[in-house]
Amino acid sequence: MLLPVLLGVSLVSFSLLHMVPGDPAELLAGEEANPEFIQALRKEYGLDQPLYIQYFHFISHVVRGDFGISIRNREPVIKLLKERFLFTLQLSFLSILIAGFIGLVAGVISATKQYSLFDNFSMVGALFGVSMPIFWFGLLLMLVFSVQLRWFPAGGKGTILHLILPAIALGAASSAVIARMTRASMLEVIRQEYIRTARANGLREFIVIYKHALKNAMIPVITVFGLEFGYMLGGAVLTETVFSLPGVGRLMVEGIFQRDYPIVQGSMLLVATTFVVVNLLTDIAYAFFDPKIRYE
Amino acid sequence: MNEVKGTKTISQTAEVWRRLKRNRAAIMGGMIVFLFVFVAILAPWISPYPPNEGDLAKRLKPPSKEHLLGTDALGRDQLSRVIFGARISLQIQVAAVIIALIIGTLLGMVGGYYGGTFDNLIMRLMDILLAFPGIFLAISIIAVLGPGLTNLMLAAGIYSIPQFARIVRGSVLSLKEKEFIEAARAVGENDFNILFRYLLPNSMAPLIIQTTLRMATVLLTASGLSFLGLGVQPPTPEWGAMLSTARAYMITAPHVATVPGLAIMLVVMGFNLFGDGLRDSLDPRLRD
Amino acid sequence: MGTLLNINNLKTHFFSSGRTIRALDGVSFHIEEGEVFGLVGETGCGKSVTALSILRLIPFPPGKITGGEIHFRGRNLLHLQEDEMRSIRGKEISMIFQEPMTSLNPVFRIGDQMVEVIMLHQKLDRSLATEKAIEMLQRVHIPDADRVLKQYPHQLSGGMRQRVMIAMELSCHPFLLIADEPTTALDVTIQAQILRLIKEMRNELQTSILLITHDLGVIAEMCDRVAVMYAGSIAEEARIEEIFEKPQHPYTKGLWGAIPRVDQEKETLAVIPGTVPDLSQPPTGCKFHPRCPHRFTPCDQKNPPLFQTSSGHLVSCYLYGKGESHG
Repeated sequence: MLLPVLLGVSLVSFSLLHMVPGDPAELLAGEEANPEFIQALRKEYGLDQPLYIQYFHFISHVVRGDFGISIRNREPVIKLLKERFLFTLQLSFLSILIAGFIGLVAGVISATKQYSLFDNFSMVGALFGVSMPIFWFGLLLMLVFSVQLRWFPAGGKGTILHLILPAIALGAASSAVIARMTRASMLEVIRQEYIRTARANGLREFIVIYKHALKNAMIPVITVFGLEFGYMLGGAVLTETVFSLPGVGRLMVEGIFQRDYPIVQGSMLLVATTFVVVNLLTDIAYAFFDPKIRYE
Repeated sequence: MNEVKGTKTISQTAEVWRRLKRNRAAIMGGMIVFLFVFVAILAPWISPYPPNEGDLAKRLKPPSKEHLLGTDALGRDQLSRVIFGARISLQIQVAAVIIALIIGTLLGMVGGYYGGTFDNLIMRLMDILLAFPGIFLAISIIAVLGPGLTNLMLAAGIYSIPQFARIVRGSVLSLKEKEFIEAARAVGENDFNILFRYLLPNSMAPLIIQTTLRMATVLLTASGLSFLGLGVQPPTPEWGAMLSTARAYMITAPHVATVPGLAIMLVVMGFNLFGDGLRDSLDPRLRD
Repeated sequence: MGTLLNINNLKTHFFSSGRTIRALDGVSFHIEEGEVFGLVGETGCGKSVTALSILRLIPFPPGKITGGEIHFRGRNLLHLQEDEMRSIRGKEISMIFQEPMTSLNPVFRIGDQMVEVIMLHQKLDRSLATEKAIEMLQRVHIPDADRVLKQYPHQLSGGMRQRVMIAMELSCHPFLLIADEPTTALDVTIQAQILRLIKEMRNELQTSILLITHDLGVIAEMCDRVAVMYAGSIAEEARIEEIFEKPQHPYTKGLWGAIPRVDQEKETLAVIPGTVPDLSQPPTGCKFHPRCPHRFTPCDQKNPPLFQTSSGHLVSCYLYGKGESHG
C-alpha cells in the first residue's frame, strides 16, 4: 500500500540521472573533468553495471543517509539537504499554523453567522487567497510590510520575524481551502440533534460551538490539513525565492540550473517521501479522531 | 445528469444554462474568461506595440497616455507584454489540458473498466505522481526535461493527468455495473463502443468542471515555473517571467511588479468562479 | 399539588421568504407538580415548537416567540435573561428528544457528556460528578454502568441511548422533564420499557413530565392529564379518563373515531375530511371550522377561547360557550 509508492518514488528519483540526455558519468563529473576522473567516477558509482544493480546501490546508500556528493561543491549532499530541508519544514510548519488558525476561525464564524457580512467577506477573501500566485503575494507583502512599513525584514533568515511574511504568502491559498471546508463542515454539524441537546442542557453557546460542534466538524478538515502541509512543502520554493530563504525548494531549483543531479535527486526523494509519510499520518489521525472508526 | 446514450436532451442543457445564468459570480467569471481568451487570440492585432521591442531611453516609466501600463526594465510596453502574455498562457493551458484530458481519460477508462492488474498498475502510477506535492511535481518533470516553453507545456500536462484519470475512473466504476451497460453488452456491443459511446459521455459533467478549474491551476503553476526561470525563457512575455525580472525594480517602479501578478490573479479568479458556477449548475446537489 | 408550569397565550412565529408561519397561535395550558401531562396532536400541529418555546430554544432566525407568558416556579420565563435561562435548562427543566441515535455527541464519551452537565449545574468536582453519573445510569437500569461511562454513543443500541439520555437529563433532578416523542424511533418492545422507565423516574424523583406524542396509546397508558393540540393552539384539555370517555371538541372526537378498534366491526376508518391548514395562512376564526361537521355562525369570526365545561375540562369550541373564556 505504502511501500509500492515509496518504491516508485525512489525509482523516479534514481532514474533522473539516466533520463537526462548524456552519459551519466560525464554528467556527474561536471564541466571541466578529464577522462580519467570520469572513468574513476564510473567505477565508483558502478555506472557500467546493469541498471537494477545501480538502483540497488542507490537504495542501499540512501537508507544509510548517503545521498551522494554534490557536483558543484564536492560536499556530501546529505549535509546541505538536511539544513535546507529542516528550514523548509520550519517554514511550512509556521505557515500551516497561521493558515490553519485563520482558516478555522474564519470557517467557524462564517458558519455560525451564515450569510452575514463576515461570511460574505471571508468567502470572497477565500476566493482571493486561492487565486493569488504565492510569489506575487509574497512580493506585495514585501513591498508593503518590509519596504514601506518596515515592520519585517525583507529577506534572509534569522529570527522568526524573517519567517512571518513568507509563511503568510505560502499559506494564503491553504487558509482559503481550510476556511471553506471548515465552513461547510460546521454548517452540517450545527444542524445536528446533539447540538440541540447541548443547548438544551444549558451549556454556553461558546462551548456548544467551539467544543461540541467544532470537534465534530474538524474530522474531515484534518485530511485537508495534511494535504495542505504537503503542498506547502512543495510550493515553498516560490516563497523562498522571493524572500531569499535557504530552503530545500530553492536548493533543488539551483541544482536544476547547475545540473547538480545528486542534489536534485536527493531533494526529490526527500520531499516526496515526506509527503507520503505526512499523508499516512493524516489518515491515521483521521481514524484516531473519529471514534466510530477507532472503536470498530 | 440522467443521460443514457450520450445525447443530452434539449431541456437538460437548457436547464443547466438557466441555472448558470442566475449565478452572478459565475457570469462574472465567465466574462473574465471570455475577455482573456479574446485578448489571447487577437493579441497580434490589439497590441499597441510589439511586445519584445524596447526603447532603453524609456525604461521603467509609470503608466502614461502612450504606455497605458507603463514600461518595463528594457523599455518595453507593459500593456503589449501583458496582452501577449495572455496568449502564451492560453497556449500553455490548452496544451496542458489537452495532454491531461487525452491521457488521463484513456488511463481512467482502461483502469476503471477492466479493473484487475491494469487498474492496480495505473492507480499505483497515479499515486507515484501524486507523491510529489503540487508544483513540486511539475518542477521535478522540468528537472528531467529541462527548461523551456514546450517542456513547460509537457510538465503542466503530465502533472494534471492524475486528476482527470481519477474522475473518469470513478465515473466508469460507478456506471459499469448499471443495467444499461449490461444491456449494451447483451446486445453485443464491443468494449470500445461501450467505453466511448456510453461511459465517456456520462463523465462529461465532472470533466468539464475539472477542465475549467484545471485551467486556473495550470496558469498558477506555469507562471510559477516561469517565475523560477524553469519555464518560459526570456524574452518571451509570460506573466510569471515578467514578475521575476520586475523584482529588482520593485521599489523604484512598483507598477512593473504589480501588473503581471494582477493579471494572473484575475484570470485565475475568473476560471475558478466559472468552474464553481458550472459545478453548481451541473449538479446542485454537490454544493455545500 | 401546586401548579408548576403555566403557559398563557403563547405565540411563536417563523419568518421565511416573506411569509409568517404562525406555528403557535395562542397556546395555553398548565402542568401540575408531579404529574404526567400529555400533549397530543398530529405531526406539524406545533407540539415540538411548544416544547422548544418553553426552553426558549427557538432558533432566531427564522423563529421568534412573539407573545404570551410562561410562568414557571414564580417567574415568567419569557422575561429572563439568557444566562438565567441557561441555569434553568438541564437543571430545572430538561428535555429528551425523539432521535436517540443522533441526540448524543458522537465524539465524546457518555461519561464526559453526562459529567459536563452535572458539573455545570451542581458545582461538584469531577470525581463526585462521575459518581453521580454512574448512580443515574444504574437508576435507569443500565447494566455495567462503569463500562458504559467510557463508551461512545455509537457503541450503544437505540434503547440504551435513550436510557442514557433519560439518565443525563434527570441527573440534576429537574422539576420538569419534557419528553418529545421519546419512543417514536424505537422498537415496540423497547418502547414499553422506556415508557415504564419514565414513569418510574417520575415516581422516584417527583419530576413532572410533559409527554409529547402523536400516539394515543402512549397517552392512554402514561398520562394523568392531556391537552389536544390542533394547528397551533389547544383544542381541548382534560383529565385522562374524561378525555377518552367524554371528548368534547369535534377534532378530539374525530381523532378518537379514527382509531381502529378490535372490538368493533367497522369496514372503513372514519377519517376527518380535509387537511391540516397552512399555518402561514390560517383560516379566520376557529382553525378547525373548515373541517368541522358542527360548524355554525360564530366559528369563522374569532378563534374560540377555552371554555370550562366541568372541573378541569377545557374546550376551545363555540359549542360549549360564547364570548367569555374561563380565564
